[in-house]
Amino acid sequence: MIRQTFSIRVNGELRTLEAYPMERLLDVLRDDLGLTGTKEGCGEGECGACSVLINGDLVNSCLVPIAQANGTEIVTIEGVADGERLHPAQQAFLECGGAQCGMCTPGMIVATVHLLKKHSQPNTEQIREGLNGNLCRCTGYMRIFEAVEKAAELGRLR
Amino acid sequence: MRKERIVGTPVLRKEGMAKVRGAARYIDDIALSGMIYGATVRSSIPRGRILKIEFGEGIPWDEFTIVGAKDIPGENVIALINKDWPCLASEFVNHPEEPIVLLAHPDRHLLPRAVAAVHIEYEPLPSVHSIEESERGDAIVWGEDNVFKKFLINKGDVDAAWEHADFIVEGEYTTGAQEHLYIENNGVIAVYAADEGLTIWGSMQCPFYVHKSLVSLTGLPEDRVRIIQVETGGAFGGKEDYPSMIGAHAALLAMKSGRAVKIMYDRMEDMVATTKRHPSRTRIRTAVTKDGKLLAADIDFALDGGAYSTLSSTVLSRGTIHAGGPYCWPNIRVRSKAFATNCPPHGAFRGFGAPQSLFAIERHMVRVAQAIGLRPDELRRKNFLRQGLTTSTGQEIREPVDLNHLLSRALTLSDYHAKRERFDRKNAGARKKKGIGFAAFLHGSGFTGSGERNLKSVAAMDATADGKLRVLVSSTEFGQGTNTILCQIAAEALGVDYDAVEMAQPDTSVVPNTGPTVASRTTMIVGKLVHSAALGLKQTLQTSGLLGESWTTKEFCEAAREHVAKYGALRSNSRYEAPPDVYWDDEKYRGEAYPAFAWAVYVAEVTVDMITYGVTVDDFVAVQEVGHVLNPVLATGQIEGGVAQGIGYALYEKVEWQRGRMANGQMTNYIIPTTQDIPPIRVCFEELPFAHGAYGAKGIGELPMDGPAPAILNAVSHATGADFNSIPLMPEDICLRLRQAVSVGAVAV
Repeated sequence: MIRQTFSIRVNGELRTLEAYPMERLLDVLRDDLGLTGTKEGCGEGECGACSVLINGDLVNSCLVPIAQANGTEIVTIEGVADGERLHPAQQAFLECGGAQCGMCTPGMIVATVHLLKKHSQPNTEQIREGLNGNLCRCTGYMRIFEAVEKAAELGRLR
Repeated sequence: MRKERIVGTPVLRKEGMAKVRGAARYIDDIALSGMIYGATVRSSIPRGRILKIEFGEGIPWDEFTIVGAKDIPGENVIALINKDWPCLASEFVNHPEEPIVLLAHPDRHLLPRAVAAVHIEYEPLPSVHSIEESERGDAIVWGEDNVFKKFLINKGDVDAAWEHADFIVEGEYTTGAQEHLYIENNGVIAVYAADEGLTIWGSMQCPFYVHKSLVSLTGLPEDRVRIIQVETGGAFGGKEDYPSMIGAHAALLAMKSGRAVKIMYDRMEDMVATTKRHPSRTRIRTAVTKDGKLLAADIDFALDGGAYSTLSSTVLSRGTIHAGGPYCWPNIRVRSKAFATNCPPHGAFRGFGAPQSLFAIERHMVRVAQAIGLRPDELRRKNFLRQGLTTSTGQEIREPVDLNHLLSRALTLSDYHAKRERFDRKNAGARKKKGIGFAAFLHGSGFTGSGERNLKSVAAMDATADGKLRVLVSSTEFGQGTNTILCQIAAEALGVDYDAVEMAQPDTSVVPNTGPTVASRTTMIVGKLVHSAALGLKQTLQTSGLLGESWTTKEFCEAAREHVAKYGALRSNSRYEAPPDVYWDDEKYRGEAYPAFAWAVYVAEVTVDMITYGVTVDDFVAVQEVGHVLNPVLATGQIEGGVAQGIGYALYEKVEWQRGRMANGQMTNYIIPTTQDIPPIRVCFEELPFAHGAYGAKGIGELPMDGPAPAILNAVSHATGADFNSIPLMPEDICLRLRQAVSVGAVAV
């Protein structure tokens, strides 16, 4: 297999790079683009630590070959804040204790951003369902649920 | 001077901003120039002699750095309590996945193929794979009798008690292994240069444990081995001992190759090769009067320790001491043993032996209550430990304890009595049966026995040249909140803003040895040391005349800066000293086992589906007394996270063993609770400040792991009317039991 040229728009910026077509998007983001905020937890699409948005859809970047992501619009945790200004989801995770060890946090926040796009004021069931692809071993999820509710509230105020 | 309190308030997590922005740097986010990657060739059999190691075709072996046991410059051992855990197997292997050969190469994608191309020929030897096989001595795989350690507690005269009993109740209880499943796998980077020595960065709990191991392994002087903890993505005990192993491996590859070497486990390697919670078996025999007075307990507690002794003796010790639960036994005997089996060594996991023995006693108490016809809460109330009574090791409870109140509050919050009555009424014939159960328990804070006295931990505070105030400890942050709590304590003691205090990175060349970050000791023990160090810093500034009687944060930092400029440094150390009335007798295994206990009552409400036999936990109430709560958001998060792990331990998490190897080493087939499996968890603290802890705090981290499993099994037993005494309790177990009960019933008719 030979390396090919791919173009992706990551966090608003067009990036052109060379990679093997079957290289995982996760590795391209982390190793080639230096976006190490996206984490690997399991490498098989179970834990959601590598969650990113591709064209607005929530996906596990460990399961996506770069060839499939070619020409798409990608948002990683580094693209969630508006410069220095935290996204409501980030602010809420910080205040409510939604982040403990922090390894699931980037994926969990990306999933929250996705959830809030779908449901700006999600109910408990929608929160539980919207985050069910993101595993957290530290929090028992309660602080995370509270953070999502708080993020919805902060989003409403903005 | 700062007036409002900092401790007791929900200040933001110190490193929280970096974590929510994705800017926190974990070990796999770090790359050094010229860095190559390491991988491990492991044993494929449980026990045997290594006959031959061959490097197969199709791999450019000359490009690889290859390390075997013979390359180890010092002792081939990971030094913990005993010296029996080899860094690399040389002649014999004693468990599947035991490391034998190390490989390193610049292209990490080449490594899996290379590992697979190393062929090892063995002469298999007999192996044992359960407590029973080890106990019977089916094969002797460790020492003379497969026993790593045994303890005996003997209080009163157990043998004389049976004849006074109205009821004698017996039971056997078992618990399974549990995988930590921190979201970040184990990983390290090692760098070696002949003139500078060895440096290891890694995901870890205990930098000085890694340091001790690496000194004996490399033969380097202590000051030429430097261990640095980087942001660590969860640990739960799983990064107490294993980082010494993976750190040693990376070090050997770095020393041989002269390059920086990263070893990063993938999920399966982490699950199958690293430690888990010890499986256990507890047999209990109790003597009780008809009005519910506990007369005696005879407890046999056994742990499966895996192939090497590692931390098993101390896990066994904590489990042994907690075996009697939060009750006063006039007569109690606990005989305990940790057995060797041929699986990877079991290690530290939140709770450290206590979740195992407390599961047993809290299931047993419900069965005792049933036997004598008392309500479970009535039996507990008649026997709770309280101030002035003594534990099984003869430790007098000196602090006020009100378990009756904790129990009342938990039962009220959960609406226990009304629900129990309603479920009893409605369960007959229902497709979904409901149950409610609780567990009362205690957890000793800090090291067991003389641990703290022997360790003599040191914490320090200093100021940098620009007047930044720093906490210097080897205590590590891995999600529990070490950074935040210790900065809160220091800021409060100094009378400055929380933001003015920061943590020095845990680096063995910079920070003093504050001991390992384990045993729920950081807030209570290390926090107290940080408090003293902070007071010392303040006093130094006042004595030097640079600080007056009151100050603003800015004035304090300015005074610190001036002090550094004038005298070259500003630093204050504080060393642990045991309270005068705390004494533990290692020989007799008696005395003050812990400086303090945290106390709790947890209530679980469940539904058992009588068609699928699936159990859902519908509601959970966690009431505890952990001294003064220093940060309510962090403390609540600790309890909720522990409860979730406890729910997994009880109902979901089953390690499938195949001749000592974990067969389900993936997140796909080892199931932990998701957002849809955890009920609302209501957390309540009763606050009774503890005189010897930092600002009245006691330990909190491990406590919530102890209660969920017995509370849930008590609830499932209530719902179904069947007696479930093993965890994990899977739907198939419930199915088999209930169908068997039906068929036995039919035969009897």
